[in-house]
Amino acid sequence: MSDRPVLSVERLSVSFGRHQAVKSLSFNIGAGETLALVGESGSGKSATALSVLRLIEREGGRITDGAIRLGSDDPVDLTTLPEQALQKLRGNRISMIFQEPMTSLNPVMRIDEQLCEVLRRHQRLNRVDALKAAERALEQVRIPEPARRLRQYPHELSGGLRQRVMIAIALACRPDVLIADEPTTALDVTTQAEVLALLKSLQAELGMAVLFITHDMGVVAEIADRVAVLRHGVMEETASVEALFAAPRSEYARQLMAATPKLGQATPRPPVESNEVVLSVRGLARSFSQAGGFLKPKTVAHAVKDVSFEIRAGETLGLVGESGCGKSTLSRSLMRLIEPDGGEVILAGRNITALDQTALRAERSKVQMVFQDPFASLNPRLNVRDLITEPAYLHSGLNAAAREALAADLLDKVGLDRDAARRFPHQFSGGQRQRLCIARALSVSPKVILADEAVSALDVSTADRVTRLMCEIQESLGIAFLFISHDIAVVERMSHRIAVMYRGEIVEIGPTEQVLRAPAHPYTQRLLSAVPRPDPKARRRAPVPEAQIADLDNNAAGIGMLVSGGQLDLPGAAAGV
Amino acid sequence: MVDITAVPAQPGMLRTFWASTNLIQKIAAIVGVSLIVLAAFAPLIAPFDPLDQSLISRLRPPLGFERYKDGFYLGTDELGRDVLSRSLYGLRLTLGLALAGASIGLLLGGTLGLLAGLKRGFTEDIIMAAVDIQIAIPFTLIALLILAIFGSSLEVMVVVLGIAGWEQYARIVRGEVRKITQMPFIEAARASGGSPRYIAIRHVLPNIVSPLVVQFTLALSNIVILESTLSFLGLGVQPPTATLGSMVGYGRDYMPTAPWMVTVPAVMIILLTFSVQITGDWLRDRADVRLRER
Repeated sequence: MSDRPVLSVERLSVSFGRHQAVKSLSFNIGAGETLALVGESGSGKSATALSVLRLIEREGGRITDGAIRLGSDDPVDLTTLPEQALQKLRGNRISMIFQEPMTSLNPVMRIDEQLCEVLRRHQRLNRVDALKAAERALEQVRIPEPARRLRQYPHELSGGLRQRVMIAIALACRPDVLIADEPTTALDVTTQAEVLALLKSLQAELGMAVLFITHDMGVVAEIADRVAVLRHGVMEETASVEALFAAPRSEYARQLMAATPKLGQATPRPPVESNEVVLSVRGLARSFSQAGGFLKPKTVAHAVKDVSFEIRAGETLGLVGESGCGKSTLSRSLMRLIEPDGGEVILAGRNITALDQTALRAERSKVQMVFQDPFASLNPRLNVRDLITEPAYLHSGLNAAAREALAADLLDKVGLDRDAARRFPHQFSGGQRQRLCIARALSVSPKVILADEAVSALDVSTADRVTRLMCEIQESLGIAFLFISHDIAVVERMSHRIAVMYRGEIVEIGPTEQVLRAPAHPYTQRLLSAVPRPDPKARRRAPVPEAQIADLDNNAAGIGMLVSGGQLDLPGAAAGV
Repeated sequence: MVDITAVPAQPGMLRTFWASTNLIQKIAAIVGVSLIVLAAFAPLIAPFDPLDQSLISRLRPPLGFERYKDGFYLGTDELGRDVLSRSLYGLRLTLGLALAGASIGLLLGGTLGLLAGLKRGFTEDIIMAAVDIQIAIPFTLIALLILAIFGSSLEVMVVVLGIAGWEQYARIVRGEVRKITQMPFIEAARASGGSPRYIAIRHVLPNIVSPLVVQFTLALSNIVILESTLSFLGLGVQPPTATLGSMVGYGRDYMPTAPWMVTVPAVMIILLTFSVQITGDWLRDRADVRLRER
């Protein structure tokens, strides 16, 4: 680490119209150093990152004050540089990796074209040399068979591979500064662990300064040297990662740490006593087939295979698994929003798999759902009163006065003001909307609530409050929850029992304590080891073996799951149910 | 965040609406209302009978020009008919035809589009095939065929203008419906126990109002033009009855010598489409609760 910083930001202020997104922010990053910028949504993290690249103007923002200096000797001030000079810097001396690997690659360009574009523009390489350099770049980010990958299109790669390609593009010109904006948020934990490990080893190789933006304290502990905590555009605290985690000085940092779920630190809720089984699933299966084409066989993907479990009254069953493992298909099949191919769903003693649509509609009042995206799961054109009382209205035909009274009652239950009833969804924040979704589910006094990634889209402190609310409601009303999440730490807080799903099957199920402390199945063990720990001292010195990166996406269509070359031997229907 | 209290039903409502508009929208509203009033009361306002000819006072210019003939404020046409009176009657007929035509298109296309978007499968294929056929064949040809078979009466004309735009509505509605049925809140409504019909009416329809309003305003302008095309070809409303379109069409030959014959109805068409478009945009924004005051 040299003594002069590579990137130095001084009293940076950014505003969008009249709203000030960043207020007088200063920090330095030296070569080979990683500064993590932490904060919840709206804290100005991304505005800062975009300002460094001077892309903020495109988003409608304006740098109102301050300086951004790049380079340790003879630094240039990015805030005053003309556009042409900036274009020479971007992708060359400063690069950026974005959150969404699905949308930040151009879908109609092959990987080689996208990589060579950068190389040819900044390094003036000819076609042949650029192609060679591109292959080396893919090798550098540990992508197996780089020559073959270069000829592929983004949709042919898995999420993890795509993010590696993004990193390869960003690092192609050996930048001085790399900005990573939530680069692992859209990835599964096991993939996230690999990408983080890769970033670290590349940083050691190339000695670049990294500005790492994230909301996840676990990831911070994993990767950062120093941390800057942001709130409403103001820096609340900056400290070395060890110091911050050992003793946060600012009140906000303390709150943030407290709200972050830590795997293994929650007291698991003991199994419930009740013997009343409210939801029983036997041998549930659902597959999706993709029609074959000319000379192309029909492919069948088994999203859910022979799944069986029971949930008792007042109990929370946590369902964990990575994306594509069939969690959502399972929850939708339980309500027959997707028709299952086989098996039975017995809801409060009645088999609903054989019912016709009309009879099924009546049964749906016993099971309700809370969806992942609180912004999309409420009809924007209806007011809150109509939204949250809709299930009750559909099942028992309430009149207007009764709906008004019910709405007030439900809003009380989820801790919102009664006058919210007249407002529209866009007037609420994400957490408040998720409360509205819970209120809607409660309106018919269901036996079971299926919460599908219900807090995944929320900030940690908001998610914390919403999960608490769910627990309180469960204790007062005795409702059973199926709590689906990819975030094991959150599931640990919520659940009495946990089921682990892998490739459409439940590979392990049991009391929370037992599954998390003494995982029996190798997949559970791997999943648990990949979860980032919000504790810099527990940093994994030896990351996931590289052999496991081998050919991420050479497995069954649709169920993209990381399989290491024969290391994991997964039995067909494992673990006691 | 401002609490949205229930809007009081009567006199205040008009004032609230008025307050929520900007200058251009105010102008458009005034122009629109004036045009409607002019059209509705054309028989009372028009100084002459629109069909009265007077060959002595042919091609007289409007007030303020040389050879102006007293009383004919906006001049006369090649048969000595009062341009102002003809324009007012023409406006009346054009406005009526456009409204009727656009509404028929909306009802027909909207319903079929909704069906196609919700039902899928065979129903969708049939409806969309019809849409494709109509797009592929120039509509003027279809209109000519219908008018040739059924003769050109006012009723047939309304039907023709209605059919003219339905495929646009159907395409838009189907696309919007398909997009919206993918949204989680539709799944949430199903999970709440809503029947397909309930979901279509309560959840899908309110969310496709905006593009429909926009299409309606576009269709109005298009129909005015289509009507004038047909009139020009001699298949529209038959002379001597005046419509704005036919006045522009026939007046074209006199452009160098008597430009007012074209100018007056053309300005009315411009004012009409202008106020319809602006009002349409305003309505679209009004219909979207998300764009109202937060």
